[in-house]
Amino acid sequence: MHTLDQIAAEPAAAKEDGGPAIAVVDLHKSFGSQKVLNGISLAVGRGETLAVLGRSGTGKSVLLRLIIGLEKPDSGSIRIHGQDIAGLILDRMGEIRKKMGFLFQHAALYDSLTVEQNVAFPLEHHKKEMSKSERHDRVKALLAEVGMEGHLEKMPSDISGGMQKRVGLARALVLEPDILLLDEPTAGLDPISSAEIDDLVLKLQEEHHVASVVVTHDLHSAKTIADRLALLNEGNVVIEGSFEQLQGSDDEFVREFLKHS
Amino acid sequence: MIDRSPSALAGTQSVLPGQPLPLSSAVNSGAGLITEFLEWFGDLGLFFWHVVQAAVTPPFEFRELFRQLDEIGSKSLPLVALAGAATGIVLSMEARYSLTRFGAKSLLPAAIVFSIIHETGPIITGLVVSGRVGAGIGAELASMKVTEQIDAIEASAVNPYRLLAATRILACILMLPLLTLAADFSGLVMGWVAQALVEPLSFHQFISSGFKGADFSDFLPPTFKTMVFGLIIGLIACFQGMRTQGGAAGVGRAATSSVVLSSLFVILADVVLVKLILIFFP
Repeated sequence: MHTLDQIAAEPAAAKEDGGPAIAVVDLHKSFGSQKVLNGISLAVGRGETLAVLGRSGTGKSVLLRLIIGLEKPDSGSIRIHGQDIAGLILDRMGEIRKKMGFLFQHAALYDSLTVEQNVAFPLEHHKKEMSKSERHDRVKALLAEVGMEGHLEKMPSDISGGMQKRVGLARALVLEPDILLLDEPTAGLDPISSAEIDDLVLKLQEEHHVASVVVTHDLHSAKTIADRLALLNEGNVVIEGSFEQLQGSDDEFVREFLKHS
Repeated sequence: MIDRSPSALAGTQSVLPGQPLPLSSAVNSGAGLITEFLEWFGDLGLFFWHVVQAAVTPPFEFRELFRQLDEIGSKSLPLVALAGAATGIVLSMEARYSLTRFGAKSLLPAAIVFSIIHETGPIITGLVVSGRVGAGIGAELASMKVTEQIDAIEASAVNPYRLLAATRILACILMLPLLTLAADFSGLVMGWVAQALVEPLSFHQFISSGFKGADFSDFLPPTFKTMVFGLIIGLIACFQGMRTQGGAAGVGRAATSSVVLSSLFVILADVVLVKLILIFFP
């Protein structure tokens, strides 16, 4: 884990010296008069998984959207491998996004493309040197990894929510990112599918060694897949640490949250 | 919780249906509408700037452009040709009635040809494409927006202005003149058919008499002005689609507003373009 002083002092050398893959410092974000994030600071190292927990509407998904640049912060900085992404133009941000995979809460698969075409989409745009058969093999292997090898030709509307998440996960991983952002990977799934997704995320972390931020309501899932947990309330990080540290906390909100989870 | 206190209820009923708004409310609502329109126009300008920036820098999305050329061009062809044909028949019947009444029946082929190539063909094409393509693009992009597919494209490091907007706008610009040619052709053919059914007239006679005294300046500027219509239709439909918010209702609103606004701006642009053509190609 990296201290905030370290993050602020050594941003440029972060990638080279093994510094944090993601460093968020004093991040503020409002929508109109509604304050969503109120000075959040977090850091995630390479190969590390941080689970962000909290009640609905506390800005967990907004935090992920800020990290990947889909929203602009009001103030504060976000550094990806030491590079501050604030104010980057779309194409420059695109270069950074090639190293990031994002699983949307509802998978956000392209509904006019088949499962195979969905996963191949980033490859077609960024790996033009790959032949069609190489692309097909890569997509097939990745879909096999997430247990979807038999559904290449299906349309997203023809598969279940859990299957869509698996395909979304394969699409997030297809460019071999070193940062993975997962928005509610188990939301709306039955317990067996949730456990399967958790196992899948763990397997992928072991094999691909990515830095991950997982936003979830599911404490069991967070405990299973994360190295550290951060609990958000009213736009602030209430507590950050291991599951045991959360359990040992005297904070009233933390105790209330754990009691109802 | 819903406030059902007398004061709250009174507040909702301060202006009864049919009762005129107080002057201050009307002024405020007028000012609000103007502000809203200026904001919309500013956002549209900014959107256009993003699209131009994306369109002129590589990588170019040729495959998506060809797909859109087919979607917007080939698939609009039957509708545009049918609208052109119907217009040709109506023009022919109306012109015959009017010109016969004023003793200028010999001008009938020229009246039909000039009406179609100067104005009717281009504006009918613009309005038909506004309806078919404007609604299609608006609804498609709005649906992608509310289901986070546009965010997914951006998260995949692909510029959505380049992939989605620039390709559709460019396809509209390129296809409108070609579709106008189809509308003109079917309008002329059916205009001749309507004439030939009343009194014998060969197609050759109809065309040579109709185009007598016409030159390229009668034909090219009105045809190429539809590129501006294409820009308007593509730009407004992409803009309305990509800024949508609010689920299925938002998709419906985006489709409707794309058609209404693009048709309105096509007609307004036509007023300006006709004047410019008359100035530069007298």
